Order: sequence, then structure tokens, then C-alpha cells
Amino acid sequence: MSRIVNMKVFRGEKDSGQLHDYNVQIDDGMVVLDVIHRIQATDAPDLACRWNCKAGKCGSCSAEVNGKPSLMCMTRMDTLNNDKPITVEPLKTFPHVRDLVTDVSWNFSVNKKIKPFKPRPKDADGKQRMYQYEVDRVQEFRKCIECYLCQDVCHVLRNHGKHEEFAGPRFMVRLASLEMHPLDVEDRIPFIKEIGGVGFCNITKCCTEVCPEHIHITDNAIIPLKERVADRYYDPIQMLFRVLGGK
Amino acid sequence: MAQYTTHDFDVLVVGAGGAGLRAAIESADLGAKTAVVMKSLLGKAHTVMAEGGAAAALRNADDRDSWQTHFRDTMKGGKQLNYYRMAELHAKEAPDRIQELEDWGAVFDRTPDGLINQRNFGGHTYPRLAHVGDRTGLEMIRTLQDKVVHMNAEIFMEVTITHLFKSNGKACGALAYSRVTGEFHLFRAKAIVLATGGGGKSFAITSNSWEYSGDGQALAWRAGAELLDMEFVQFHPTGMVWPLSVRGTLVTEGVRGEGGVLLNKDGRRFMFDYIPDAFKNDVAATEEEANQWVAEVASGKLATVRRPPELLTRDVVARSIRAEVQAGRGSPHGGAFLDIATRRTADDIKRKLPSMYHQFKQLANVDITKEAMEVGPTCHYMMGGIKVEAETAMTTLPGLFAAGEVAAGLHGANRLGGNSLSDLLVFGRRAGWGAAEYAKKASAGQPAQAEVDQAITENIACFDLKDGENPYTVHKELQDMMQDNVGIVRTDEELRGALKALDTFEARVNKLTVSGARAYNPGWNLAMDLRSMVVVSRAIAMAALERRESRGGHSRIDFPDYDKSFSKINHILTNDNGKMVLRADPLPAVPDELKKFVEEA
Repeated sequence: MSRIVNMKVFRGEKDSGQLHDYNVQIDDGMVVLDVIHRIQATDAPDLACRWNCKAGKCGSCSAEVNGKPSLMCMTRMDTLNNDKPITVEPLKTFPHVRDLVTDVSWNFSVNKKIKPFKPRPKDADGKQRMYQYEVDRVQEFRKCIECYLCQDVCHVLRNHGKHEEFAGPRFMVRLASLEMHPLDVEDRIPFIKEIGGVGFCNITKCCTEVCPEHIHITDNAIIPLKERVADRYYDPIQMLFRVLGGK
Repeated sequence: MAQYTTHDFDVLVVGAGGAGLRAAIESADLGAKTAVVMKSLLGKAHTVMAEGGAAAALRNADDRDSWQTHFRDTMKGGKQLNYYRMAELHAKEAPDRIQELEDWGAVFDRTPDGLINQRNFGGHTYPRLAHVGDRTGLEMIRTLQDKVVHMNAEIFMEVTITHLFKSNGKACGALAYSRVTGEFHLFRAKAIVLATGGGGKSFAITSNSWEYSGDGQALAWRAGAELLDMEFVQFHPTGMVWPLSVRGTLVTEGVRGEGGVLLNKDGRRFMFDYIPDAFKNDVAATEEEANQWVAEVASGKLATVRRPPELLTRDVVARSIRAEVQAGRGSPHGGAFLDIATRRTADDIKRKLPSMYHQFKQLANVDITKEAMEVGPTCHYMMGGIKVEAETAMTTLPGLFAAGEVAAGLHGANRLGGNSLSDLLVFGRRAGWGAAEYAKKASAGQPAQAEVDQAITENIACFDLKDGENPYTVHKELQDMMQDNVGIVRTDEELRGALKALDTFEARVNKLTVSGARAYNPGWNLAMDLRSMVVVSRAIAMAALERRESRGGHSRIDFPDYDKSFSKINHILTNDNGKMVLRADPLPAVPDELKKFVEEA
């Protein structure tokens, strides 16, 4: 059923903007990204937004819809109250660029600091063997589409601006995918503690709630990493060994 | 004089999908100073949307497979129009390229023996596709992305190339703009690799994103490189058809690989009615045989009977769905029903096809474990593209290389599902190697100042023109025109009409008006992309008009059958002082040692 909906879309550059009103015709099945495209085609050809696959697979069109971090391509208009204005704003955790676009380059710089995958030697026949039950848990982490909604909602980053000290949920997931990779032999525990700053997470699980891939970020990635750090650094027996070993 | 920043590299890679990233890794590994520029952010390229898998005769799931069988399947699927040498290299090297991804951290689904598992797909004789559920492309791009950031390659995100430059008849540089700032950049490079993907954005119903405007094909043609087989456009049989806003979004062939069946509105499994003679011996003759195949495969056994007709090649399935709809037997929204719910358990479906489950649930309110999907053809892939030399991936313009969807030759008239991801790896690597080796011997050329200035002037003219058209309007009309006249089936009259319309579109895209400033202005970006779309559209229409037969991804209502006189001909498009000219080249002859693997179509 076609209807007119009042959209309030953030327009402006480098935080100096405001919400603009657009009354848009909505057809059945439309998602928020369709509405943004319709506004571009009719009212505002220069309305800036990122998008690619329009199928929830690339993680480009992240924004805050009615204040909730969402993928615009997977948010159906009929799941929102169409009788009230619908707001669409850029992610708040990253520096603003223009309209719905933010500067997410910090994420790429964090990723680059993570030590790459280092495989164990191959089997005698030149093959690598790992079993489905072993890879199930890393495959969960590797579903991440890097939409950065988890980074956006994380209060350590969003409210406290600890970008220098905490890598954020996305990179806890990435670190977990490497640390729990059956073939990987690299040691990233010191990194996870000192540079990744896993201790900053106080397990409010906001990241898990917004993950469009339904990755159990807190339970399956962050808590096990916290445990590994605790085992290494705070286990009394291990500490004794370290003292005796002069480390 | 126009303002821009200049960068110097040995190798400039344009595009950061599977082919571009694999090329950059190889080039940087060989010590070439390498840059990768991409229209979007790193990791967002089209490769991320690939679902089903990467084809390689690893022989993990069925040891009857071999590179020879993969070669044969690829040639047969391509209706023998493939450049045989590319098909040969691809079949031989794909297993190593997949294994290499695992060495770089990729986590494919496993066989019970702990090796990379492989699934069945249309046109592949044996289970051959290495996969990760239905998100194989994501696994591949993330693996390559995490590899490339630790290599000596500089990454330029949200940077689009608009012009290529030559000096002394060789590629020597490119003009780009940054999406974020709107500023211009001049890249000077000894070798340039185009890995820009396809051009489906010229069609109204497509699985392609805004990036797929055919930039690489247009850049290459303008610079004087030859295009090959542009008439062959793949319409994937299964795109979503409802709701309208997601029309065209891909539904993986993996659904059929896992046993999904196609039904018309009467519940008839119509693919049995459309089996081409050339495939009669490969496909189940009865529903019982087809069902037995699914039962065997689902339980992890080797198939002892022939596969269901739903796994015929994509061109055949797409045309069959269209024929059912034309005959009035389509689904309510003009497609066919794709049913996996009655074939596999809900658990199997969620495990094997998680993103399809998610996609239909969220976008169409359909639970695919309980109901059938509605699907129809969607413009998906271009078999045609830039002509390249198989070993090095060099185009006919010295110093310019191309790999992946933007290049042509491997897939002939129709691409098999799964052969794209492996194509990206095999020829991405070869292009990176070819470009790095070429750059070692080449000296840096200097783009002519006047040409650079002229390119910038062309790019910003739309800001000064006051009464031009809105780029979004022109784009919509171009898409509708191409869909109606150069789509899944074509006629002489429609194609001539399209070429005439394209003359008008060519004039229109040079008279666009853009508002706002240059920084992150999608209207302006679209205005520039449209120039590529018009070139690619013309190339498709021109080659399609000349091929007076139906073969693979090219179907003519007025010439519905194969024509022997076209079976040994490739169409080449060249640039004669700005005018597109077509010629027919004889197909490279398959040498005797490979002939025995190839069957006549």
C-alpha cells in the first residue's frame, strides 16, 4: 500500500548539519535505503550515503535509524512506525564527513596492527586438515561484514572515546577468529591485553544486540579473550612461573 | 591549470575485488611499488556478494574429478566459444589458488576427512565448489584484504578512475577523483591492471550495485584496447522478484545445488521440459532419478545417478523460467517458485543457506524452510569484456592488463557458477605477475599535460551547465531501455532501436547538470559513471546485433538456434577515432591434446 512518510535525514558537513524533512512516497516492501535512493533521485541528488550490495552482505549502508544503529538495506519501512517522522542519521562514533557518511578509517588502522595469520606446518602429504567441529566457532566470527554497528554502539568508544586504548568489538571478533583458528600458531595475547584493551569491555552486550549477522560477540569472542588474558597474566601459578623464569 | 595530486607507482591496480586484491598481492610480492584504488571501502567490492563457491578440481569431495573434466565443463558451459588457453590455465591452477587462500587463513567448510569441502553446482560434473555456507565471497575477500594490508601496497579507498593516459602507445597513467573530498589525483604507473568488474548497472533488473558501471571496459576501449564477446551477458535465473524494491537481488544457485526445485504456478517441475539435446545425457530423465541424486548428495555419498535439470547451465534455466512466465504459468509476481522447504530439513537449510534464510525472512517475509521462494532472471555477469592474453593478462594495449569480470575469454558464451571466484584468483595472480614483470622492463611514461587538463574539465563541466538533465533520470531511462531492448531475449529491431537510442544517450550524458559541491556527491559520481555505462551498453548492443543466432547468454527471438557459421567466431570491438567498430575474429583453434576433452556443442 502506497503512503507518504515524513523522513528526517541528517544533512551537512563535519557535524555542522541538521535534520532535513523529506515527505516521501513509500511502496510495499521498501527498506530505508530505498527511501534514501528515492530522495536522491527526486529531491537531493547530492545526498551522501554509502551502499553496495543492498542485501545485507557488505556492511556499507550503516546508519542510525530512529536512533538505532542499523543497516539501511535490511530495515524494512513497515517495521517502523510510519505515522511518526523517521530519523536517519550518521554513525556517531566516527568523525562525520557529509550527510550519512562518516570517516571509518580508524577501523582499518586498528586492523593493520593485528598480527597476521600464521599457520602451523602442513601434514606430511602437503595437506592441511581441520574438522568442521573445530572450525564452527571461527566461522561464526568470520561472518562479520564490517558494518561497524558494534563499534558505533560500544559505549567505550561512543561515550568515552577510547579509540586509542580499545580496539572495539569488531576487532575482538577478528582477534578471536585468529586466536581460535585451528591452524594458527601466532601469540596475540599480549596485544589483546595491552593494545586491544580487552579489559575496557564491561560486558554490556550492546554490540551483540546490534550485530546484523547475529554473532555472539560478547559471549563467544570477548569473554573467551578476557579469560585467555586472565590465564596468562593473572593466574597465580602462571605468575609464579613467570617470576621464577625471569619474565 | 587544474589542481591535482600526483602519485608514482610501478603498478596501479584499479579495483579491489578478488581479482584486484590478488593482483596487488602478487605485484607487491614481486617487489613492484604497487597501488590499489577502489570505488568503495576496502572489503566491500562485489566479490563479497558471491555466495555459492569457487570451482576447483581439488578432488576432495569426489576423486573422479580432474582439471581435464573442469576444462571440459567450462568449454561446454561456454558453448565452445571460450579462449581454450584461458580455460586450460584456469582449470589447472584453480586448486592451488584455493589452497593458497587456506594458507592465508581462509576457513572453508570441511569434508569428514578434514579437507576443503566441495558442493555441486550447475554445469559442473562433480561436486567442485569450495565454499563457506552461502557466503564464500565474503570469506575470500576478507582473506585477501587481511593479506594485502600486510604487503607493501598502498591502498586508496573511495577513489574512482575516470580517464587512462598513454604515451608512445603504452598505458602510462590514470586520472582519479576522491569520492570523499572530490579532489583529483593523477596516478603515473608503468603498468595498470584493470580489475573493475562488470557493468550490470546499465540494466533495470540486476544483482549488481552502483559500482558496476562498466568503467574498466569503457576506459580500456577509449584508450584503444579491444573488447571481446560483449554480447554475452549472464542473466542469473534466480533473482528475487518480490517485493519490487529487492527485485533482482541474487538467490544463490546453491539453493538448487542443495536440492531446490523449480515449479510453475501449477506445481509442475518444468525444467524437465527444457533439457537441451547437448545435455540430455548429463541430466536425470525422471523425477525419481533426480530425487535419488539429491538424496545421495545430501547424505554425503557420491552420486551414482544423473543430476536434476535445475542444475543445467544458467542460460538454459533463465530462458526456461522466462518461457514459463510468457506462457502464463508464472508465479504471482512474474517468476517461478523455487522450493527447498519440501526437499531438505529446516536445520539443513539454515546451516547450508544461512544468508538466503535471513535475506528472505527479512526482506520478503518468507520463511524458506516452510515456503517456496519466488524467483526470476536478473542481470548478473558479463562474460564479455577486455580481450587479454592468457598467460600475462595483458590487453591489446601495451602496459594495460585486465583480470576478473572485466576481462573476457575464459567463460565463452556462458559462465558456470563458481568459475568466477576461481577466475579472480587465477587471472588476478597472473595479471599481478604480468604487470610487475612488465614494469621491471618498462620506463615511466608521462601523461600529456593537455590531456590531464582536458580530462578534469570534462569531469567538472556538469557543475557549470545550468539547464542540463538530472543524472538519476537519465540513468533510469537508460536502464529501462537496455532491459527492454538488449535484455534476456533480443531481436534485430530492438537492437537497432537500442543503438539509435544510445546515440541520444551519449549526447545526454554529456549534458548533465549536477548540484552541490564535489565532496561526497553521489549525483556527480553517477554523472561520471554514466559515461562508462553508455560505452558498455553500445558494445553489448552492437555485438548482439551481429550475432544472428542464440548461444549461451545471448538469445535472439529472430534466430532461436545455434548457427554453425557463428560457432567459430568471436566478436571484437575496437575504437576507430572515437567510433565503435566491430569485426569478427576466428576463434583460436583448440590443439589436439585438448580436443579430446571438448565435445562439439
